Amino acid sequence: MYNFEFAKAKTIADAVKALSSEDAQALGGGQTLLPTMKQRLAAPTTLVSLNTIPEMIGVCVNDRGEVCIGGATTHATVAREAAAHYPALAALASHIGDPAVRNRGTIGGSLANNDPSACYPAAALGSGAVIKTNARDIAADDYFLGMFTTALDEGEIITEVRFPVPQKANYQKFVQPASRFALVGVYVAKYAGGVRVAVTGAASDGVFRWAEAEAALSADFAATALDALAVPGNDMIADLHGSADYRAHLVKVMTKRAVAAAA
Amino acid sequence: MPKDTGIGARSKRREDIRFLTGRGAYTDNLAMQGQVHAVMVRANVAHGRIVSIDTSAAQAMPGVLAIFTGADFADVGGNPAGWLIHSRDGSPMREPKRPVLAHGKVRHVGDAYAAVVAETYEQARDAAEAVAAGTEIEELPAIVGMAGAVANADNRVHDEIPDNLCFDWGWIEDNRDAVDAAMKAAPHVTTLELVNNRLVPNAMEPRASIGEFNPGTGDYKLTTTSQNPHLTKLLVCAFVLGIPEHKLTVVAPDVGGGFGSKIYHYGEEALVLAAAKKLGRPVRWTAERSESFLTDAHGRDHVTTIEVGATLDGEILAIRTNTLANVGAYLSNFSTVTPTFLHGTLMAGPYKVPHVYVNLKAVFTNTAPVDAYRGAGRPEATYSLERAIDKMARELKLDPVAVRRKNLLTPDQFPYTTPVGLVYDVGNYQATLDKALDMADLAGFEARAAKSRAEGKLRGVGLSTWIEACGIAPSHLVGQLGSRVGLYDAATVRVGATGTIQVMTGAHSHGQGHETVFAQVVADKLGIAEAAVEIVHGDTSKIPFGMGSYGSRSLAVCGSAMDRALDKIIAKGKKIAAHMLEAAEGDITFENGSFSVAGTDKAKSFGEIAFSAYVPHNYPLETLEPGLEETAFYDPNNWTYPAGAYLCEVEIDPDTGKVTICSFTCADDFGNVMNPMVVEGQVHGGVAQGIGQALVEHTAYDENGQLLTASYMDYAMPRADDLPFYQVDHSCVTPCSHNPLGVKGCGEAGAIGSPPAVVNAVIDALHRGGMTQVSHIDMPLTPARVWAAMQV
Amino acid sequence: MTQVTMTVNGKTVSGQVEGRTLLADFLREDLRLTGTHIGCDTSQCGACIVHVNGNAIKSCTALAADLDGAEVRTIEGMANADGSLSVIQQAFQDHHGLQCGFCTPGMVMTASALLKENPKPSEVEIRAYLEGNICRCTGYHNIVKAIMAASGQDVSAIAAE
Repeated sequence: MYNFEFAKAKTIADAVKALSSEDAQALGGGQTLLPTMKQRLAAPTTLVSLNTIPEMIGVCVNDRGEVCIGGATTHATVAREAAAHYPALAALASHIGDPAVRNRGTIGGSLANNDPSACYPAAALGSGAVIKTNARDIAADDYFLGMFTTALDEGEIITEVRFPVPQKANYQKFVQPASRFALVGVYVAKYAGGVRVAVTGAASDGVFRWAEAEAALSADFAATALDALAVPGNDMIADLHGSADYRAHLVKVMTKRAVAAAA
Repeated sequence: MPKDTGIGARSKRREDIRFLTGRGAYTDNLAMQGQVHAVMVRANVAHGRIVSIDTSAAQAMPGVLAIFTGADFADVGGNPAGWLIHSRDGSPMREPKRPVLAHGKVRHVGDAYAAVVAETYEQARDAAEAVAAGTEIEELPAIVGMAGAVANADNRVHDEIPDNLCFDWGWIEDNRDAVDAAMKAAPHVTTLELVNNRLVPNAMEPRASIGEFNPGTGDYKLTTTSQNPHLTKLLVCAFVLGIPEHKLTVVAPDVGGGFGSKIYHYGEEALVLAAAKKLGRPVRWTAERSESFLTDAHGRDHVTTIEVGATLDGEILAIRTNTLANVGAYLSNFSTVTPTFLHGTLMAGPYKVPHVYVNLKAVFTNTAPVDAYRGAGRPEATYSLERAIDKMARELKLDPVAVRRKNLLTPDQFPYTTPVGLVYDVGNYQATLDKALDMADLAGFEARAAKSRAEGKLRGVGLSTWIEACGIAPSHLVGQLGSRVGLYDAATVRVGATGTIQVMTGAHSHGQGHETVFAQVVADKLGIAEAAVEIVHGDTSKIPFGMGSYGSRSLAVCGSAMDRALDKIIAKGKKIAAHMLEAAEGDITFENGSFSVAGTDKAKSFGEIAFSAYVPHNYPLETLEPGLEETAFYDPNNWTYPAGAYLCEVEIDPDTGKVTICSFTCADDFGNVMNPMVVEGQVHGGVAQGIGQALVEHTAYDENGQLLTASYMDYAMPRADDLPFYQVDHSCVTPCSHNPLGVKGCGEAGAIGSPPAVVNAVIDALHRGGMTQVSHIDMPLTPARVWAAMQV
Repeated sequence: MTQVTMTVNGKTVSGQVEGRTLLADFLREDLRLTGTHIGCDTSQCGACIVHVNGNAIKSCTALAADLDGAEVRTIEGMANADGSLSVIQQAFQDHHGLQCGFCTPGMVMTASALLKENPKPSEVEIRAYLEGNICRCTGYHNIVKAIMAASGQDVSAIAAE
């Protein structure tokens, strides 16, 4: 690792101030950032730890019934504390990485990084969540702008993520055998206003909504409603872990399984 | 009634205490007074000409003490191949120099062309980047695929080797015509093209080395992650740096797994020694995992066409294989014997086959060196053979179990001379096959398959009946075949005055449990407590010159040396006892730790004899030296031949192509077993590596020679949830006929026998599911590959 | 440099660290607690797992400076007070749950975290919980068995007893 100045913020205001300096970067759980820095692929001059900002940690339910998760809340905490309020989300969190990673990695870090194979982007997009930052609220539909790219500005930090709770939901992940990230992960959530289907791992532009499936499932929330649909392979990732066609095929398989498991 | 001590007991491992409490003395855990840190500067292109290296910027950076480039080692020796192979036309293999640091050209991604030593690791790393920035390398087209490498005479990994061919080997060349004729006449010929996928060994402890030099005495010391410290010492002294052999000590302390990859001498070991001499300070280097991926010797990487000629009822008439074997950019120490004499000689398997011929071309490419990895050549042979026989059975609509039964050697046929140059001494292959079928409840398979079908899954079962040649190896034979070393081993038994014992072994334990198991053997033989025996290994200043641990040889070869040394101890003890008991030497018997006069109650305990040897007051000094310490060197007169039968049951999820191992059953004949618990552990680990190869592990280079699977993010290691509980058995025993313990070796078996069982099971499942068009899928059988095969 | 103070295996320790100093490096180099091993650089292998404030984390993927004030437990702190092996450690020895020993510290730390969360885990639960711990020697069979045994379950029916 290149060396850097380390700063630990105690409040959101502290963090925002520390991040205003040039080449400063926020540190969540560091489960992706630190390995990247070890390979010397990132070289911030200052790392600002968000891990001990009390106002950014924890799970609660607001008066609109939304599950609100602080940006610095670990996956393990979400798995534990969101289980009663939003079981599908908690189940997703309980399968990110491995137990040690879940004790360190945070929801804000994951969403800010927007790895195309990460799980949380599927949950956020699939739930139509709101990503709250120190500056504004961003709808999930406006937030994910492609692989490792988000609507966040320089120095902007995710302070909270608000999830509307669906009637039914489920996440199905088919893991890449080496990294155990999602080769394809599909989040299906049924709301009164319709069904949302978000797919991670599969597409070169990162997480996306599968509109045809949403329409079909909104009309009939059953796995068989997807029978006639096919995901085109053109925008899928092709690598040594699977061809574009394979990923496209898995999107449908995982979507059906998610519907079956949610129903 | 199982024994609770000595040979055959499930003695708990004494080494576990330090490992379980965080006190393992692995190389990188050791801190040397005044130590400094080396970082290698590695090529980021697969093939390139080094135009210039400007180290001036790096030289001026904080903490930098020394920078080395290939030029600094241009006048010293190279790291040699341990085995000279001759091509079919009688010409010797092409053997390019493998320098400490690349000079002139870099030949694979990760090839080190410079090294920086600095006060701290991070300073060295910073300066290494500066060296890289100051280096100009003219990139040349990478030579990656083997077929292309041989076909393209203009692009050469080594400028002096025109067709990138190391050798073109035939085994046995005299068999060739008869095999061709038998194949032509065979009523049925099964042909199978297959890839034995390249693997990265991935011992969990990355390689590490610490060099020290004492300017006052001129003594060097190398502490390093080695499976064979004496071999490393010999290579460094006699071939690479020219250090007088008596001035270098090599210590391999606790070593965190090897699987072959730590047999070899690597350039970093020479570098830290040279740097320590230059700086007069200990110089340490520890690989990052990414360096391990790029530079540890890889395993396997064969492309083979196998043909099996057979009668219509499945009797094997002839076997012929043609293989391209990747040796990578340089010849690693065992890289030339692994695809030849550890592979071609096994191509008859456990079968009675009249005609066998193996042709193998070893090819240089711009990839990491390839060498022995657990099993080493024998997994490649077993995989080709067991896949082809399964395919043959399927083509002839015969039961794969019955086909094997028809061809397996029978117990009355031993000793059996194969057409590929081995003499199997003993075995009972029907017994292990029967045992495996019984343990796996093959009779209940159809019911399990029906249940899987009801759940939308495809179930299949696969068999492999395997054999290997290990206990490496008779020196006089390997010498005739091109080995440049002897393959004996050695042990010194030192009895103390109080009767406790140290045994110094040439074998090295890096997970195998020698400290416990060897002590069991000693305790059993001397009738003393295991706790009174200490096994010392890994330090060339303490141990006799043995050849280390690989090739399932530790007990069969070093254990035999130890047994011989114990015989000498007992013989001397009898002389001492005869004197003390005033009896004829011939009347002294030794049993249960006691020397006694036959037919009397006169006896002396082992401890009394030991005391007398060191306090020789009542002692035959005129005819016998005091002291009780004996060394034996043991050179086996044959290989050992463990064999067994493996059955794998799988389930395929047809929607995703994912293969799940439902059960894995092993019935092995390892000869006599010293510690069943340890033997079971060895089989578990070997099978896991074999399942890993079959299902998930894959090493891929792109067309530019960049390693795509350079970390655990892309190279899949089998994890706990990929694997089942295994059923293992070693109750079928035909003791090795030619070593004193009757042992055969068990370290590699699991990795040899398991891959074809897994692949055969998957193909079986697909056929049962109606996909009879799928005759083969190359490993690893990832979900993506299985699914793709199902779409054809 | 930043001053950090932690409680490691019950003892208060402090030191000066760079921003980039990993917890694993602080433990191994500054405190000479070398039982915590480093087996990879991508946060996958788990050889470096320690407990921080009661939770298992990968010490190669956490900054020492970020853990100022933390309570840390390493493999060196896992034995009983009298130095004898703890129940989990003893089960690993009894059931041959280790061979080369390099991954073992991480395995023991993970097993301990698991049994705290789930005192009687099933085989499937154990295998799932070991997702972040790679062993190359044992094929996991005896590790899983050891953890089951350490949780008081009868493992005599498991093959190859």
